[in-house]
Amino acid sequence: MDTQELVLAIDCCKTYNLEYTFLQSLSEHDLIQVQVIEEEAYISYQQLGSLEQYIRLHQQLGINLEGIAAISHLLQRVEAMQQQMNQLSNKLREYERELAFE
Amino acid sequence: MEYIDYYKVLGVEKNATVDDIKKAYRKLARKYHPDLNPNDNEAHKTFQQINEANEVLSDPDKRKKYDQYGKDWKHADEFEKQRQSQQQYQQYGGGGGDFGSFSEDQFSDFFSSMFGGGGQRSSGRSANVKFKGQDYSAQLHLTLEQAYETHKQTLKVNQNNIRITLPAGVENGQVIRLKGHGGAGVNGGPNGDLLITFVIADHPKYKRLENDLHTTHSIDLYTAVLGGETTVDTLSGKVKLKVHAGTQNGSKMRLKGKGYPIYKQEGHHGDMYVTFSVKIPTHLTEEQKELFIKLSNL
Repeated sequence: MDTQELVLAIDCCKTYNLEYTFLQSLSEHDLIQVQVIEEEAYISYQQLGSLEQYIRLHQQLGINLEGIAAISHLLQRVEAMQQQMNQLSNKLREYERELAFE
Repeated sequence: MEYIDYYKVLGVEKNATVDDIKKAYRKLARKYHPDLNPNDNEAHKTFQQINEANEVLSDPDKRKKYDQYGKDWKHADEFEKQRQSQQQYQQYGGGGGDFGSFSEDQFSDFFSSMFGGGGQRSSGRSANVKFKGQDYSAQLHLTLEQAYETHKQTLKVNQNNIRITLPAGVENGQVIRLKGHGGAGVNGGPNGDLLITFVIADHPKYKRLENDLHTTHSIDLYTAVLGGETTVDTLSGKVKLKVHAGTQNGSKMRLKGKGYPIYKQEGHHGDMYVTFSVKIPTHLTEEQKELFIKLSNL
C-alpha cells in the first residue's frame, strides 16, 4: 500500500506566505488536492513541487488561477508528448539498427 | 568577460522609465520563465539575462552605477568606494516591484564584477518565501557494457563531485532523480533536484529490446547442415552452443538468462536470442565444386 506524507495546509501557508484562500482556489480548480482529516486540512508532500510552481506563476508572473489551470494542463500535455517523442525516437533507432543488421 | 547591454536585453531605450522596464520585464519573463519552458536550456539562459537586466535597471542605485560605469566596468571598484562614502546620505529605493524574488543564483561575471555576488531583491511580497531551487537536467552517456553492471560513477555538478551508484539494467532514456543536487533554494528553501537521463549508445553486436539481447552469429555451411558446436559471445562471457543438423539461415535460438540484467532485480536477467547466419562458401576449389555437383546430382 502506498503511504502519503501529509503537510498541514496552515503550515504550508505560513512557509510560503500564502492566504489560505489561494490554496482553496487551487483546490477548487483541481490543481491541488486538499484532504481534510479530523477537521484539519492537509496536502500531500508530493504536491509541494506543483504548489511552488503555481505560487511562482501567480506571484512572479501575475497569472490568475484560470491561467495557471490552463498552463498546468498544457505543460502536462507537453510532458506527455516529450515522453512519446522519446519512445518514438528509441523505436526509430531500433528499426534503423535492424535495417543495418540485415 | 563581455559587457552586457541590459537595455538591449529588455528591449527598452536608455531613457526608459521604471514602468517601461517593469512592463518589458513582465512581458519577457512570461515568455521565458523556466516553469513555462521545462528542459529548455536556451530559455533558461535568456530568462537569467532578463532577470539580471531587471535586477540592475529596476534598482535606481544599480542603474545609476551601470549607466555610469557599464561600458567601463573595470572601474567599478572606484565607484564602489565613492558610493560607500556617500551611503549615509543616500537611501535605497528598493526597486523590487511586485514581482517577488526569482531563483537568482546565476548571475553573469559581468554582473558580479560590477555589483559583487548574487543579486538580492530588497523588497517584494515574497522576499521571505522559501522556494525550492531549480531542478537541473543532465545526460549521462553509457555504453551497453557499462549499463550491464552495477557500478559507481563520479559526476561533477556545480564544481561538486557526486558519487552515485548506477544499478545494472538502466534503460536508454530512463531518468533518475538525485534529491538536493539541483540549484540552491531561495530564502533558505531546499535545493532543487538533479535529473539524470541515461543515454545508452548502440552496440555494434548486441541489440537490446527491454531486458532481452539480440545478436547475430555466423556458422559455416557444414555445421549448419551436419550439426556441431559453436561458441557465442555474451556480455557475461563465452557460451558453447549445440547447433542442430539442418539449422536454417535466420533461425533463432534462445539462451535463457543470458540477456540484460533486470533493473533493481539483482540476479535476474532477460534472455539472449541468437540468430544464425549461415555462411555460404565462396572461392571453391575445383575439388569442392565437383563434390557439390555430385551432391546436387544425388
